Amino acid sequence: MADPVLKVRNLDMHFPIGGSFFGKQTDVVRAVDKISFDVFRGESFGIVGESGSGKTTLGRCIMRTLDPSAGSIKLTTKTRPEAELIGASRAEMTAIWRDMRMVFQDPQSSLNPRLRVLDLVGQALQKSEGLKGQALADRVGDLLEQVGLQRAFLMRYPNAFSGGQRQRLGIARALATKPEIVIADEAVSALDVSIQAQTLNLMQDLQEDYDLTYIFIAHDLAVVEHFCDRVAVMYLGQIVELADRDTLFRAPKHPYTKALLDAVPRPVPKARSAKRVAPIGKVSDRVSTGCKFAPRCPLAQDVCWSSEPPTLTLGSSQLKCHRPDAV
Amino acid sequence: MTAIDQPHDTSVIMPELLGPWALMWRKFRRHRIAYASLCLVVMIYIVALFGNFFAPEDFTDTNRRGIYVPPQGIHLFYEDKSGDRQFGLHAKALKMEVDQATMRRSYEEQSGKIVPLGFFVKGHSYKLLGFWKVDRHFFGPKKPKDVVYFLGSDRLGRDILSRIIIGTQVSMSIGLVGVVVSLLIGVSLGGVSGYYGGWIDNVIQRLIEFLRSIPTIPLWMGLAAAIPLGWPPLRTYFVVTLIVSMIGWTSLAREVRGKFLSLRKEDFITAARLDGLSDWEVIRKHMVPSFSSHIIASLTLAVPLMILAETSLSFLGIGLQPSIVSWGTLLKEAQNIRTIIEAPWLLIAPGATIVIAVLALNFLGDGLRDAADPHAH
Repeated sequence: MADPVLKVRNLDMHFPIGGSFFGKQTDVVRAVDKISFDVFRGESFGIVGESGSGKTTLGRCIMRTLDPSAGSIKLTTKTRPEAELIGASRAEMTAIWRDMRMVFQDPQSSLNPRLRVLDLVGQALQKSEGLKGQALADRVGDLLEQVGLQRAFLMRYPNAFSGGQRQRLGIARALATKPEIVIADEAVSALDVSIQAQTLNLMQDLQEDYDLTYIFIAHDLAVVEHFCDRVAVMYLGQIVELADRDTLFRAPKHPYTKALLDAVPRPVPKARSAKRVAPIGKVSDRVSTGCKFAPRCPLAQDVCWSSEPPTLTLGSSQLKCHRPDAV
Repeated sequence: MTAIDQPHDTSVIMPELLGPWALMWRKFRRHRIAYASLCLVVMIYIVALFGNFFAPEDFTDTNRRGIYVPPQGIHLFYEDKSGDRQFGLHAKALKMEVDQATMRRSYEEQSGKIVPLGFFVKGHSYKLLGFWKVDRHFFGPKKPKDVVYFLGSDRLGRDILSRIIIGTQVSMSIGLVGVVVSLLIGVSLGGVSGYYGGWIDNVIQRLIEFLRSIPTIPLWMGLAAAIPLGWPPLRTYFVVTLIVSMIGWTSLAREVRGKFLSLRKEDFITAARLDGLSDWEVIRKHMVPSFSSHIIASLTLAVPLMILAETSLSFLGIGLQPSIVSWGTLLKEAQNIRTIIEAPWLLIAPGATIVIAVLALNFLGDGLRDAADPHAH
């Protein structure tokens, strides 16, 4: 486990506000704000948070489809020495994109409706290995069977498939280049619950076959609890808590994590926790100093408003809070 | 795994030959009207290419004895000298009579005298495709000396059918030139504008707005006046067409820019880049195909617009000058009431030709657009 595939250090992604032809740039949105974490080989690393917490932006920064404002992302694969992704050229990124692939949230929009399955799934193979014709069709056919689809689907267009089948196509496409790390950005959010379970099980099976590392971005805590080994909780562009799945779900340390877990609907009334932590008000990032969660935190004290909380390391988990013992 | 699938494979791999274009063609052929229109458009271009071969007469030949001849019909059976009914394509010979009081000409059929017609007949000599000297014609009177006006004749006794056929060359080609120019400028500037954005986008969009704010007809008239008088009329019109299409590209550029802007944010474009495709490959394989239907439709729909523009400019007298034959200059000859009353075929024949050509191109454009769109039924 102590073999990091991906090391992210002090990653920033700021978007300017204003700055049009006439107006001046007034401020920035800190979508990703000084984030650091490691992802270890063979694990499923979950990133959770509510809408607007910056989890998708973080995923896109790691893929470098967005250019981060500052920080460092280092990728170490089996075949390649440690490579810095920030500032890598397009050609270097093209090579890295073979080892690091992405599964998109919406399988409908990530598959070009004008291309056949053969071309869509085979595109990466065509570029990386120069496969053509029958050889390509064989490889893509194998991939389809691995994700539980039929070889006969090769010549079909994406709109001939159901939502679950399309996401399988997305997974097949991601696996085409035999990657080591797959970033799944809300990969099952668009599917209904039974299909979610099938897809997650498929992804777990493939993890063993391909020796994959997943970065699993989601907002559904139940899915994350089922799927991930370690979980990072994001709030307004920062990781507020990062811990093992069991630690995080049994004994959350951060008030926000606690609030998130309490917000999960429980079908059995007796299982509902008596002492719920409910955040106050709405999401607001207009905090100049102090903890970003302070305006909503029911446990906030003066220190939370005045200074930014330090990142504490407690065993294997990380915590960004002034009052780690309050929850 | 593969061994079991072997019998399957052949049947599965077979349709690989059908690329996106083959599928489009398949769909297009199911669109009856569009398919018929395509045949018609191809025929029109073939006629334009071999104009002199299809024209029964020399389009410049005047005839004092055949002024304002009404259209002559083609007949199948005639009686020979012995009184038997015989089969043979022919037209009735005409005799001109002048009413001395009104000085009006009228034409009477001469009974018993026929003009035999045939295919691949000898006539005036011309250069086929500008190279080979030939005197064969597709259809016409068997004797080179006879003249038959299938669609009538004009005030100088020139054959309207031949003039329409020769006019096809100018009318159908000049539309294409204008459209190709607008396509090249529109797609490249619109593409640059949409793909890169930023200040380049700003400059191009302001330029488009400026060009679109200029009223076209006064501009055309001004340009027509500014072109040196010494130039041959065809070159003049060519330049005018170029200038017209210089403004015509703006709408295409806007469409292309809008498409690029919306496509750039699509997941499947990001996914294609992550598959290792270069910018150019992404544009060519993913972006252009998804708006090729737009381009094809606006192109095929722009050709008839250009043809109509040529026609109306020529009709107004600021396009082609009469020594050049185009559908517009033919219509110009039917510009007065006297002609319309005395020789309506001067208006009807070229007018109908324009309507047919424009309709065929429009249906063709519609069919192509439907075929290029995988969501259309």
